[in-house]
Amino acid sequence: MTAPLSGTARQAAIEVEGVTNSFSGRVVVDRIAMRVGRGEIFGFLGPNGSGKTTFLRMLCGLLTPDSGSGTCLGFDILSQSAEIKKRVGYMTQKFSFYENLSLEENLDFIARIYGLPDRRRAVRESLEQLGMAGRKHQLAGQLSGGWKRRLALAACMIHQPELLLLDEPTAGVDPKARRDFWEQIHELSAQGITVLVTTHYMDEAERCHRLAYIAYGSLLAEGTTGDIIRHTRLSTWTASGGDLHALCSALEKSEGVSQVVPFGNALHVSGHDAATLELAIEPFRHGGHIWQRAEPSLEDAFISLMGEAKDNFQ
Amino acid sequence: MNFFSLPRFVAIALKEFIQMRRDRLTFGMMVGVPLMQLVLFGFAINTDPKQMRTALRCSDEGPFARSVVRAMTASGYFQFTGRLPDDAAATRALELGEVQFVLHLPAGFERDLVRGRRPVVLLEADASDPAATSNAISALQTLAARALEHDLLGPLARPAMEGAAPFDLRIHRRYNPEGITQYNIVPGLMGVVLTMTMVIITALAITRERERGTMENLLSTPVHPLEVMLGKLVPYVLLGYIQVTLILCAAKFLFRVPVMGSVPLLLASVLVFIVANLSVGILFSTIAKNQLQAMQMAFFFFLPSILLSGFMFPFRGMPQWAQWLGEVLPLTHFLRVVRGILLKGNGPAEVVHHLWPIALFVVVVVSLGLKRYRRTLD
Ligand SMILES: Nc1ncnc2c1ncn2[C@@H]1O[C@H](COP(=O)(O)OP(=O)(O)OP(=O)(O)O)[C@@H](O)[C@H]1O
Ligand SMILES: [Mg+2]
Repeated sequence: MTAPLSGTARQAAIEVEGVTNSFSGRVVVDRIAMRVGRGEIFGFLGPNGSGKTTFLRMLCGLLTPDSGSGTCLGFDILSQSAEIKKRVGYMTQKFSFYENLSLEENLDFIARIYGLPDRRRAVRESLEQLGMAGRKHQLAGQLSGGWKRRLALAACMIHQPELLLLDEPTAGVDPKARRDFWEQIHELSAQGITVLVTTHYMDEAERCHRLAYIAYGSLLAEGTTGDIIRHTRLSTWTASGGDLHALCSALEKSEGVSQVVPFGNALHVSGHDAATLELAIEPFRHGGHIWQRAEPSLEDAFISLMGEAKDNFQ
Repeated sequence: MNFFSLPRFVAIALKEFIQMRRDRLTFGMMVGVPLMQLVLFGFAINTDPKQMRTALRCSDEGPFARSVVRAMTASGYFQFTGRLPDDAAATRALELGEVQFVLHLPAGFERDLVRGRRPVVLLEADASDPAATSNAISALQTLAARALEHDLLGPLARPAMEGAAPFDLRIHRRYNPEGITQYNIVPGLMGVVLTMTMVIITALAITRERERGTMENLLSTPVHPLEVMLGKLVPYVLLGYIQVTLILCAAKFLFRVPVMGSVPLLLASVLVFIVANLSVGILFSTIAKNQLQAMQMAFFFFLPSILLSGFMFPFRGMPQWAQWLGEVLPLTHFLRVVRGILLKGNGPAEVVHHLWPIALFVVVVVSLGLKRYRRTLD
């Protein structure tokens, strides 16, 4: 992984402040401020319904924020969305290409919309990179779910945007294709292209230079993986062997334990205070389990953040 | 029982009820369409049109002339709207469709009646729609004999002429002398087909993008709404012209409808009418949430168009309120254009007279549509 440059050190691709949006009176994006540097890979995480898609839509001018201001690639998000749209590639969460057009026709359509000078070549190269040159006459509607995502990704990059807004680009995509995808993202980043990507996968979050965590419309944490883990101030122990199921139920009720999460054959037991956590697990030390002190993982941190977030819908 | 489970059946029925309740517009249409049909068929439509506009072209006004007019008015079929100064004005009024009939009373009408010389009375009828005129004409024929029986008394009542009218009534059925219904229907069909297909197809084309989610993608590109609209409409305009050509060929070669006016003029006027229907389609697409709703709205527009425009039933046969409603619809005016050009040989001057209401309609509908058009997703 390349060393992440600090977001504030370089020129900003996205710089917004106080961005708020609500649907029929319910606030779904609440005063979000965010700065993403040029060439950065910025991961955007949060539970379902936390407002990620809504935020991306506001960045590319699909929704008008109720309040807030900022710039995207140096253009004002409120008044210059036409300029922004030319330079941004937005990949929607839901497949939004024409199912009754072939792969080639879909790509050609997008290439025409962006007015690419050498359209045919761009389409051909895009198909080759996608590895679908041989199936270019297939209708997009007949593709499998994962291939649809890959087509959408290829289409939103065809006009060589300066900023990619990718809404769960790899949901339902197989591991090999995901790895290829992330390699491509890092190559693009090296060329100075900024990528803002939402994901629910921890391994993908760890591949980002910086992350933001949003829950119920509010930005809860921001920074590198390490920053986010430190931000939660968790201490974690892992337990393996023995009757983990019983251990899990017993620990959940204990004082000082904020979360118990099974990871395969091990149990991650975390708490916000190292001393009280140790006291809490003391009684279970001799139950045939193997206890080890561990670094809290990003997932532990996210689960903790999610648990702390005040659910304003309740 | 494994074939039919009541709880499963109830589950489906309940779900269907809930969905029906959510889709307010569909529900409204289910109630609205039968109501509209009731009103239109029950009150507006009249297959025996009365009170038809008739102009008087009278060269000799006197008590007998007034009696004839009074008797015709009393029959209920004729409504005298005014006097015309000369024959040219009479022709123009008929060509524009301002009146259905012109009654010509010749010079010396009074004198000839008194002398028993049976003056010639001419009724010119706009017979392009035979259904509109046939009842009135046959009523006039029976009425002629008795129209003056109270005026021509004593020595004036000629025993020799018992039973026959004291004047010689001649009927001149213009534009469609043989009263062939196809002459009226086939050109009208052009307007009906265009209304039906153009509105539905545009309304669907745009709601489909929203329903399938492709609109989100489209809106995130630099494409301008005007480009989307025009780009979507042009293929349908061409499609409309294919329909027009087909119907025009069928009219000429299959149904032998006379083509009195200029075909290029007709093709030019068709464009205004197509645009009117496309704009309705766009307006509907800005309101409808899905394709079903768009379809229903198109139907809701189509129904009065076909019933109140004078396509199926004589326009002048409808009550005043229905005529006013009909005047709003583009089809009403387009029917006058297409029948005027084909049957009456209307030229640009008469056509413009019928086209401007359609143009006005376009302006209103397009501005409504632009107001409702959502450039963003919210
Ligand atoms: N068009 C809409 N009308 C009303 N509410 C909406 C609309 N779009 C989104 N919402 C609400 O806004 C909130 C945020 O939705 P959003 O799609 O931004 O979440 P998300 O973070 O992308 O979730 P996910 O991870 O599931 O994709 C949700 O509560 C959702 O119900
Ligand atoms: Mg989302």
